Amino acid sequence: MLRTEGLEKQFVLHLRGGLRLPVLAHVDLHVAAGECVALVGPSGAGKSTLLRALYGNYHADAGRILVRHEGALVDIAAAAPRTVVRVRADTLGYVSQFLRVVPRVPALDIVADAARGVSREQAREMAAALLLRLHIPARMHALPPATFSGGEQQRVNLARGFIGGHPVLLLDEPTASLDAARADIVVDMIAEAKQNGAAIVGIFHDVAVRDRVADRLHHVTPLQDAA
Amino acid sequence: MADETLLSARGLSLSFGAIPALVGVDADLWPGEVLAVVGESGSGKTTLLNVLSGRMAPHSGVTWYRDPEGVLHDVHAMPMPALRALHRSDWGFVHQNPRDSLRMGVTAGGNVGERLMAQGMRHYGRIRAEAIDWLRQVEIDADRVDHLPRTFSGGMLQRLQIARTLVTHPRLVFMDEPTGGLDVSVQARLLDLIRGLVARLDIAVVLVTHDLAVARLLAHRIMVMQRGVVVETGLTDQVLDDPQHPYTQLLVSSVLQA
Ligand SMILES: Nc1ncnc2c1ncn2[C@@H]1O[C@H](COP(=O)(O)OP(=O)(O)OP(=O)(O)O)[C@@H](O)[C@H]1O
Ligand SMILES: Nc1ncnc2c1ncn2[C@@H]1O[C@H](COP(=O)(O)OP(=O)(O)OP(=O)(O)O)[C@@H](O)[C@H]1O
Ligand SMILES: [Mg+2]
Ligand SMILES: [Mg+2]
Repeated sequence: MLRTEGLEKQFVLHLRGGLRLPVLAHVDLHVAAGECVALVGPSGAGKSTLLRALYGNYHADAGRILVRHEGALVDIAAAAPRTVVRVRADTLGYVSQFLRVVPRVPALDIVADAARGVSREQAREMAAALLLRLHIPARMHALPPATFSGGEQQRVNLARGFIGGHPVLLLDEPTASLDAARADIVVDMIAEAKQNGAAIVGIFHDVAVRDRVADRLHHVTPLQDAA
Repeated sequence: MADETLLSARGLSLSFGAIPALVGVDADLWPGEVLAVVGESGSGKTTLLNVLSGRMAPHSGVTWYRDPEGVLHDVHAMPMPALRALHRSDWGFVHQNPRDSLRMGVTAGGNVGERLMAQGMRHYGRIRAEAIDWLRQVEIDADRVDHLPRTFSGGMLQRLQIARTLVTHPRLVFMDEPTGGLDVSVQARLLDLIRGLVARLDIAVVLVTHDLAVARLLAHRIMVMQRGVVVETGLTDQVLDDPQHPYTQLLVSSVLQA
């Protein structure tokens, strides 16, 4: 479902005299349908950078990021922006660590807007059910999440990431600000997505959570800092 | 999204005396897509919008528009009446200052209905009903339909301008700083409204803004301009989160969080 070949990424900080920060080199990652691969490595090694590159959120300097989209392989690293928009809508889901709140949009709509291939009415029903499952009570569904707690915002973010049933899911610390009981729900949701054939790449700080969801580990090792 | 562009420009250049406002600008827009044009004051954003929409002629370069029948039109070589007809029907233009497009001596309903009449609609009752429906869509009370725009607040004027622009169901709308000069809370409401309407009506938009947060919220793609040159273009979140060009890095780093 997802494969990278020779992926490379460095940041060039022009505001700091063109400082070069190589982060990823020779990344060869592959994830099959129904499989969850956990990225592991020390803080700052480049786990989030890799995940963002897979989503097309960060620019890849070299290599390919092949995603199976509607039966064909699309190279996210080379695809036109509007192709990436389409792949994200139908194939590639991403749960960032923090929710980016949109002013005035209620939690329910944020989640329902990410549903795929269902009517507006169905999307709203699915969104409500998913929010309830994540212990966001009904009275909060009509509120914009700007005032929600960190953990509540993360659960809205998770509901949005999972509602579409995307064939490829990228998860950056999905349980970071959740207590054990709530993390358990997320573990169940990941297991269900795998059963439905999703290919998942995730970063899980919590080793217990990681051991329960991951089929394999992919090590991300820090590169030597160059000047 | 279809594969053929709605609007395509190649090599647009225009100078005002010694000031290069546009330097070899290429741009493409696909149906239903929102393209943001960002850059600091004086970088050529408004000039680009004026040229793309045929309101100004470039010194060199070409802009093509594909009409609903698939016929290509050279925007800068079109006869004036044809261009005006486009602006009345397929296209819309939302100005930073709503007073530039609204008729201040005509009622709110009249401002919206006028565009329908210009398209040939004659039935007074239907025009009025449609105008009231559009006022409702931009969250203006129906009982303001007979009021003059001068009694409206800045945010209401901008919403009225949007109703006036969208009533003819344009396929392509040019917007110049549509939320500029409004309070932050009024801005949020307007942005939310634009976001919803654009998605629901599947309108393509060229959106000029100096506010990166506005671009992130509304645009699929983004173009960064500096002194008339497009220095970077791409997927909105990629350009804002991982800017490649020094000028874009400066622009992104000088705002708190976009
Ligand atoms: N947009 C960016 N611009 C510049 N440098 C960046 C950017 N994003 C990440 N980096 C740098 O890339 C390196 C890897 O960061 P990344 O966030 O990928 O690490 P990580 O492995 O996810 O760490 P953690 O476990 O702490 O989340 C860091 O040195 C970071 O400062
Ligand atoms: N009619 C004109 N006559 C002379 N110079 C002009 C004219 N219109 C624009 N310019 C100049 O061309 C340059 C680009 O102007 P433009 O209005 O396109 O900038 P902008 O990016 O829209 O800026 P802002 O964010 O301030 O609206 C500026 O230096 C401006 O002074
Ligand atoms: Mg990280
Ligand atoms: Mg301007």
